[in-house]
Amino acid sequence: MLSASTDSRFTHKIWQEEELSKMIDGGVPFPMLSDAGGKIGAVYGVYDEDAGVDIRGRFLIDPDGVIRAMEVLTPEVGRNVAELIRQVKAFQHVKATGEVTPSGWQPGKPTLKPGPALAGKVWKEWKPENAF
Amino acid sequence: MAEPKDGCVSPAKGPIPPEAEESAPMQNQTQKGVSKVIARVGKPAPDFEASAFIDGGFQNIKLSDYSGQWVVLCFYPGDFTFV
Repeated sequence: MLSASTDSRFTHKIWQEEELSKMIDGGVPFPMLSDAGGKIGAVYGVYDEDAGVDIRGRFLIDPDGVIRAMEVLTPEVGRNVAELIRQVKAFQHVKATGEVTPSGWQPGKPTLKPGPALAGKVWKEWKPENAF
Repeated sequence: MAEPKDGCVSPAKGPIPPEAEESAPMQNQTQKGVSKVIARVGKPAPDFEASAFIDGGFQNIKLSDYSGQWVVLCFYPGDFTFV
């Protein structure tokens, strides 16, 4: 877990000490990166030049350094950590098994095995109610 | 990874271009200061170096330091904001 904003590392220190440590015992346990100037955010497509800040963007990167998922929101709505964790589990399952996870998949729910035998037969394996 | 230090850290590099681009600096010179969006799903995550606050100290961190691990990289508008 890495967090990044255009604030300096000094501001991160004060935020950790003055506020975050009051929400989480010992403060957040991950590196808080400074993207001063927004150059990193620009490369990731989340730097808002007008406001001079990085907007809310989350990137899931696999052990090979490949981006697997991204989610970008305007600032007023926060993220859903449960959905992030579900995506991590789904990508890890896919990597380990070669199966694929249909819409609404949660650990323990059925997966699909892609191949010619499945073509046109997904309706037998997956129902719309599985999406929820 | 280096131990966190409380002293000054050297300026972080920011985005680190892929080696192919680095080996052709002439071609890239006019691009200086212009950052192109290169993050796409299914493609390598653009590497970078940033100064960071971690474990009570300051340290420069590269994305590539975490090679071999799952990484969640979260951008947000600013410290002390509300959401």
